[in-house]
Amino acid sequence: MSAALALGDDALVLSHRLGEWAGHAPVLEEEVALANIALDLLGQARMLLSSVGDEDELAFLREERSFRNVQLVEQPNGDFAHTIARQLYFSVYQHLLYEQLAAGTGEFADLATKAVKEVAYHRDHAERWVLRLGDGTAESHERMQNGLDALWRFTGELFRPVEGLDVDGESLHGSWSSAVTSVVERATLRLPSGPQSSAWSAGAGRQGLHTEPFGRMLAEMQHLHRSHPGASW
Amino acid sequence: MVTETLLEAELHRLAGSVPDPELPVLTLDELGVLRGVRMDGPDHVTVQLTPTYTGCPAIEAMSADIERVLRDHGVAEVSVVTVLAPAWSTDDISDEGRRKLAEFGIAPPRPGGPSGPVPLTLSVRCPHCGSTDTELLSRFSSTACKALRRCVACREPFDHFKEL
Repeated sequence: MSAALALGDDALVLSHRLGEWAGHAPVLEEEVALANIALDLLGQARMLLSSVGDEDELAFLREERSFRNVQLVEQPNGDFAHTIARQLYFSVYQHLLYEQLAAGTGEFADLATKAVKEVAYHRDHAERWVLRLGDGTAESHERMQNGLDALWRFTGELFRPVEGLDVDGESLHGSWSSAVTSVVERATLRLPSGPQSSAWSAGAGRQGLHTEPFGRMLAEMQHLHRSHPGASW
Repeated sequence: MVTETLLEAELHRLAGSVPDPELPVLTLDELGVLRGVRMDGPDHVTVQLTPTYTGCPAIEAMSADIERVLRDHGVAEVSVVTVLAPAWSTDDISDEGRRKLAEFGIAPPRPGGPSGPVPLTLSVRCPHCGSTDTELLSRFSSTACKALRRCVACREPFDHFKEL
C-alpha cells in the first residue's frame, strides 16, 4: 500500500465529514472554522493523491474497499462535541506525525513542513473546544465525555505501522497519549479506559476494511461525479 | 535560486505585479509567493509559485492571471508550477505588503511564525483605531489565512492575517 494513499485518504475523508457541517454548525464562527479546516485537509489530500494518480479518479471512482483511511476519520459527525472529540484525537495525531515527517528527509518532508503549521491551528481549535465543553455546563460536559468515549476504540489504529512511512509509532503513541491526557484532565474530563481497538472490527481501515457509515458517506460524496462523468464548474 | 537574466528579471517584475485574487491590495510579489521565473527556450517561460495554504483555492486564479499577463507581453508559452519548499510563511510578506494590509483594514501578521502549538500572546493592533486592546473571536475567518478579532476600544470586528 502506498503511504501517500493512506495519508491522502485520511485528509480527504475527514475533509468531507467536516464539510457536512456546512449549514448545520451551532454558530456562524464554527461553520466557518470547520469549513476552513476542511479546506486545509482537502489541500493536503489533493497533493497526496495527485502524487500517486489522478486525484479525481482516486476520490470519486474508487470503491469503499480501496480506501486506506483510518476508521476514525470516517465516523459520522454526531453532535458538535462528538465532532470535536474526533478532531482532538485526529489533529493531535496528525500534528505529531507531520512534525516527525517534516524533520526527516523522506518524500513527505516538504508537504509536512507546509501542513504542520496549518494543523497546529486545527489542534489548537480542538483543544480549546474540549476545554470549553468539558469545563462548561453539566450538559456540555456529559456530551464531550460521550464523544471521547465513543471514539476511543478507533484511536489504536493511528499508531499501527504504515508501509513506506518512516515514523516511530511507539513514540508517536506516547506523545499523543500525554498530549490528549493533559487536555482531557484540564477539561475536567476522564480519559476513556477501554481498549484502543477492538478485537475484530476497529482498526483495519488501512487494509480497506471500513465501518458501515463509510459506504453511505462515499455514496453521497461520489454520486455527482458518477452521474455526470467529466462535469466541471 | 539561480540568478535571473535581465529578461527574466523583467518577466519576474511583470508576474509579481499581478494582484492577489482575494486580497487585491497586495501584489503577488508583496505577498511573497513568487519563487522564480526562468526562460526555458526562446518562447517558453516557467514561473514558480508557492501556495500560502496547502488548500488555498486562489492558486489557480493566480496561475491563470500570471499566464495572461505574460502572454499579453509577448511570451508564447507560460507554465506555472507549484513548489512547496521552502514553505511559505507570513514572514515572506513584504513591509510594503504589511502596510497595505493595515490600510485595507486587515491587521498584518506579527513577525516570526508559530512553531508547535500556536502562541498568541503579542497583541494585535486594531487597523481602524490603532488600539492594541483587541480580542480573538475565531481562529478562522473569511479565508483560511485570516482570524476574526474585535477591537475592545472601538468595538469594530476586523480580520487579522494570522501568523503561519
